[in-house]
Amino acid sequence: MNSMFWEELFQQKIDNEIKIEPKDRMPEKYRQTLIRQISQHAHSEIVGMLPEGNWITRAPSLKRKAILLAKVQDEAGHGLYLYSAAETLGISRDEMYNQLHTGKAKYSSIFNYPTLTWADMGAIGWLVDGAAIMNQVPLCRTSYGPYARAMVRICKEESFHQRQGFEILLTLSKGTEAQKAMCQDAIDRWWWPSIMMFGPTDDASPNTEQSMRWKIKRFSNDELRQKFINMIAEQVKILGMTLPDPDLKWNEERKQYDFGKINWEEFWNVLAGNGPCNKQRLHARIKAWEDGAWVRDAALAYSEKKQTHKAA
Amino acid sequence: MKLYTNKFYYGDYGESKHGAADISSPQTNKQEWPLWEIFIRSRQGLDHKHVGSLHAVDAAMAIENARDVYTRRMEGISIWAVESKHIHASNPDDAANLYEPSNDKVYRHPTFYNLPDAIKHM
Repeated sequence: MNSMFWEELFQQKIDNEIKIEPKDRMPEKYRQTLIRQISQHAHSEIVGMLPEGNWITRAPSLKRKAILLAKVQDEAGHGLYLYSAAETLGISRDEMYNQLHTGKAKYSSIFNYPTLTWADMGAIGWLVDGAAIMNQVPLCRTSYGPYARAMVRICKEESFHQRQGFEILLTLSKGTEAQKAMCQDAIDRWWWPSIMMFGPTDDASPNTEQSMRWKIKRFSNDELRQKFINMIAEQVKILGMTLPDPDLKWNEERKQYDFGKINWEEFWNVLAGNGPCNKQRLHARIKAWEDGAWVRDAALAYSEKKQTHKAA
Repeated sequence: MKLYTNKFYYGDYGESKHGAADISSPQTNKQEWPLWEIFIRSRQGLDHKHVGSLHAVDAAMAIENARDVYTRRMEGISIWAVESKHIHASNPDDAANLYEPSNDKVYRHPTFYNLPDAIKHM
């Protein structure tokens, strides 16, 4: 088949909302784009456990500890769903880990910020998971079948994450002066990094277009960011707190919230490895991988031995 | 179709240009654990349905891991694990040859037959 011809057929399938499945013929660039996006999404789930893991032993009550444990376990699960979706595209799990550990693959830069107080667990649930949900809900309809199915499962579980985060902040917002201050401080520190999670502005990401044509992506970064800001600007009122943006105000004409200028220099800098916790996060992952090597090898050796015994 | 050098998504910020490439990790695994496909029966009376895959050294570990990964919220009451290498699949390129011939066999559907309205329970 002529190559132009089948690529047109491929696009036709996408246009007709027919999902692409693992063994279907697909353009190499489509495959590569998906591998990169899905694996980096998986890495974000896995690295995302680290800032929260820090607070499991410090949670203020048994109830909060149990909730946080469940949330972190969910994130491990989300990482695994996504790794398994990426593997259907022909990349091995070890290769993906290797790309993470060597810095070739990225993860969401939000996880390079430190979690300084308990209120950060609330702000992460509400803002970081909230932004993630905004990104992830349209991905449930993404054109690649295994990715879409993984996202459906993730989105179902993610809503508990956001709600428990808001509840942590709501509790603090009704507490002592010190607790209220802690709540406001966490919002102040997490607000800007979470709206950066949507990625660079549309004019700085010219290739969104191809991704949208392939229906990997359904909305642009700016569209999603605006939706998120509209939502949070209302929710913050219920907490009786404020967002750290003096330019944030309702625009009656646009029927949207206007907001201040994002510090993209900070974004690129954190991405380049110079965020407060980049080194720490990567080292934690590499250490876990290396310390676990003997366990992986031993389990494999044991199963091989059992099989030999069975055969004998 | 030329616009694809550097894309930005959630958690996706392009290649090594912005990477912390100074940190390297030796590949310590002798060998990857085998891949298993997981099927879950959500309740009695329903079929097992494919939910995804995972790595495990043997069937027992695959089932234990599947319980943690795929049934944290009562999604299932029974798990099947099949090592992926044992799954044989039809080739999507053959789909036209394999499945389209049934299109012209409309007489296989009950609606093909015109019967008088007077007839009941059929």
